[in-house]
Amino acid sequence: MSWPLLYAQLFAVNRHSTSLGKVWLSVLFIFRVMVLVVAAESVWGDEQSDFTCNTLQPGCENVCYDQFFPVSHIRLWCLQLVFVSTPTLLVAMHVAYRNHSDKKRLLQGSGRSGFLSNKSQEEELETLKTRRLPIAGALWWTYACSLVFRLLFEGGFMYALYVVYDGFQMPRLVQCDQWPCPNMVDCFISRPTEKTVFTVFMATASSICIVLNMAELAYLVAKAVTRGFRSQRKRTSCSRTSREKLQNKTNQKLLVLN
Amino acid sequence: MNWGFLENVLSGVNKYSTVIGRIWLSVVFLFRILVYVAAAEQVWKDEQKDFVCNTRQPGCENVCFDHFFPISQVRLWALQLIMVSTPSLLVALHVAYREHREAKHKRKLYQDKGSIDGGLFCTYALSLVFKIAFEVGFLLAFYFLYNGFEVPALLQCSQSPCPNTVDCYISKPKEKKIFLYIMGCASILCITLNFAELLYITWKKLWRCFSRSFIPGKENALIHTRPVSVKPTGHSEDSSTQPACTTDNVHNQE
Repeated sequence: MSWPLLYAQLFAVNRHSTSLGKVWLSVLFIFRVMVLVVAAESVWGDEQSDFTCNTLQPGCENVCYDQFFPVSHIRLWCLQLVFVSTPTLLVAMHVAYRNHSDKKRLLQGSGRSGFLSNKSQEEELETLKTRRLPIAGALWWTYACSLVFRLLFEGGFMYALYVVYDGFQMPRLVQCDQWPCPNMVDCFISRPTEKTVFTVFMATASSICIVLNMAELAYLVAKAVTRGFRSQRKRTSCSRTSREKLQNKTNQKLLVLN
Repeated sequence: MNWGFLENVLSGVNKYSTVIGRIWLSVVFLFRILVYVAAAEQVWKDEQKDFVCNTRQPGCENVCFDHFFPISQVRLWALQLIMVSTPSLLVALHVAYREHREAKHKRKLYQDKGSIDGGLFCTYALSLVFKIAFEVGFLLAFYFLYNGFEVPALLQCSQSPCPNTVDCYISKPKEKKIFLYIMGCASILCITLNFAELLYITWKKLWRCFSRSFIPGKENALIHTRPVSVKPTGHSEDSSTQPACTTDNVHNQE
């Protein structure tokens, strides 16, 4: 799994994120991806080879393992991390689209005006690449949608893990009577305590990410609301001033006439 | 993805550290991460496969291994290294916040963004306290989970479904013990370095406050880096002026 590639993609969008978004990215990569790669994968490495059942019946262990582990924790976490990172790409696409349309407008404008020094045009294009777009207007909606999707994916995967494995604890012993096991056999899972520790750790990191996403969403909504109030107040004070100016002009004209 | 990511992150924080902080970083990279990757992982590689019990009862080895190793030493080390490196990011965050403030107000607010004073001193001290707390916490966890830093060659286990008390043998106990001691000593060295750094920055801060208050007429250009508010002189703008109104929408810059 090419995590550095994912990191490169997400880091590129990081410039346009809020501070909470940047914290979320660090939490994601340090406490989830790193822990998954460095530690969790080796804990689950021998999960099938060390899954032992108290029987000599061939095929019984395979069938019981498949019954209790329909999808491995590691694979579920990898999928969760991939899905949770994907909504950020919506923001990346929107930013790329904006940059592309601004660049086109800039080039068209310079073409129409006739002579524009190459240096200033290059500078403008450079600023397009490195500028930070404010999260307002259509970008706000894209960003908010990406946060909502992230929350849905996080919650969905946590719930799926909880339902598939009946909680976050791994038992030491499971009892299986799937065919071709001759009767109820005892099967022993390898390293159940260590697996429980890592499951709880990853669930906690996931909850922290959910909290960060909700806080970021609340922050965006609050910013949009305050921005709306401020612009409304400016508009009413503006209209009041222009009305007063008009009234003053009319009064002056009347005075002059008189 | 491997430890290279953590190394990149920490190297980025390095420029805001003190001298002792940089020594700490080298110790972490050389004596802990490198030793972990190059050697310790290999020693513990087949820990469960080579954990052998004197019984043919299926499941007994699994259960006894789980009883004696609730969490493997290598995983505990990996977690310790990750958790101990993370508080440094608090400092990087604070410096990034200072840069953001300067960009927002569009003027120079700090003489040196990375100098450890004011709020950054508190953040730095807090990060050191967290580092020490994590190191000590993990060392204690090691001590209590494994009954000290000993690795016995033979353990006796009577967990169900083992039929009675069975002898279980750990693989490579001496080699594991040596690595446990290396990692334990490196951890204690890091705790000492963190303490020394905390004392150093506290002493520097106290000396700065002392020399500012009691040493008269001393030009300490390096000392005062609080944001200096510069009042514009001869400004014709007066506070009762209405803001410039346009009929267009006002675009707010973040």
